[in-house]
Amino acid sequence: MERQAALLLLADGRLPAGGYAHSGGLEPAVTAGRVADMAGLEKFLIGRAETAGLIASAFAAAACARAAADDLSDLETLAVELDARTPSPELRKVSRDLGRQLRRAMSSIHPHPLFAALGDAPHQPIVMGVAAAVLGLGPRDAALAILHENNSGAAASAAKLMRVDPFDVHAILARMTTRLDALAGQAAVAAEGAPGDLPSPGAPLSDIAAEHHRRRDVRLFAS
Amino acid sequence: MHDETPTAPQTRALRLGVAGPVGTGKSSVIATICRHLRDDFALGVITNDIYTDEDARFLKSEGVLPEERIRAVETGSCPHTAIRDDVTMNLMAVEDMERDFASLDIVLVESGGDNLTATFSPALVDAQLFVLDVAGGGDVARKGGPGISGADLLVINKIDLGPHVDVDVEQMVADAEKARDGGPVLALSRKHPDTVEKLCDWVREMHKTYAGGGHIPVDPGPMAPHHHAHDDGHTHSHD
Repeated sequence: MERQAALLLLADGRLPAGGYAHSGGLEPAVTAGRVADMAGLEKFLIGRAETAGLIASAFAAAACARAAADDLSDLETLAVELDARTPSPELRKVSRDLGRQLRRAMSSIHPHPLFAALGDAPHQPIVMGVAAAVLGLGPRDAALAILHENNSGAAASAAKLMRVDPFDVHAILARMTTRLDALAGQAAVAAEGAPGDLPSPGAPLSDIAAEHHRRRDVRLFAS
Repeated sequence: MHDETPTAPQTRALRLGVAGPVGTGKSSVIATICRHLRDDFALGVITNDIYTDEDARFLKSEGVLPEERIRAVETGSCPHTAIRDDVTMNLMAVEDMERDFASLDIVLVESGGDNLTATFSPALVDAQLFVLDVAGGGDVARKGGPGISGADLLVINKIDLGPHVDVDVEQMVADAEKARDGGPVLALSRKHPDTVEKLCDWVREMHKTYAGGGHIPVDPGPMAPHHHAHDDGHTHSHD
């Protein structure tokens, strides 16, 4: 627990890596009427954390463990496995765009040769895992950082998409903290296994919605 | 490697930002610059739309540059964040453009329309234009603010509309010059070719200075401390 401040730095929504342009799928869910109130928002965020969130956190933890051991030989396999768990081409692109941005930001903020070894367009969870390792954090920290960043980012977009009381939104985030801790623990344990055995819960409607969102003429958020 | 290309020549364009409120003619200014300078300079454009890619589509439909040299960045309805607090998306769009079309002379970055305090970070652009228009009201220039007072060039656009919206263009320019402590102000109308030529001359001169290593980016930054004189002669200062 010696590196708590570094974890806060990495998980902070103000880290300049462009995350603010994304709603984590909330915008298409609101547009389609699937999320209409605070109860719906809470269910959406929980569902997302338990599916996309668990996958992202497991891959972040796995990348962190490998980077910390200075062994990047699995990174290509991790990328392929993450692609396989992301059926929507649009979401694969978003993950790689956010990954490039995070790598660009971290390369300036805290330069390290590992960032350059990540290839052309690394996935966000993998960059997060490597960034965590470079900052001296462990796999569970990497998992928690991406769970928190993705969850709070989607929640923050609610203020622009729905009629909300921001206190209510943060109350949901507060209720979810125990869940995120548990998911991060689960991710860290899974990260010790082979890339092919990492968790793969799916949320097909999110994949379909992401494809519809890309084709909309007017949208507030890129995804 | 996308971000490190040790074998390719390091080519860095003059990065020129165009900011200003919604509807003042930022896209039109960019279209004008492209149309008049595309034969002399290798150009690229990054647009920042708030919730569509309307500006990129407009520029593409105007045919001012090959389509692939106009790219849109989506800013999640935070146009000011994208040019100031968190420039990563725009910075990467500029770097990608410079790499994909090396070597470019000038990359224009159009901010999403915002308020008078939205200016570019010096981390993103080397120089910036701030665009107002007469139709937005003759008093806007007097209001000052970081964009008006600190941009490298203030453009007052659509001056041909002055008589129709009861704005005294000369007065508005004088107010702007005062707010800028004598910094350059350009009264522009695409219907007045002499003013368009002045805009192009300014860009040419900025590129020359930049290419010669003589330009140091200036940050318009937050509003400068100022004071208001009250009728009773009492003054107060704040920042």
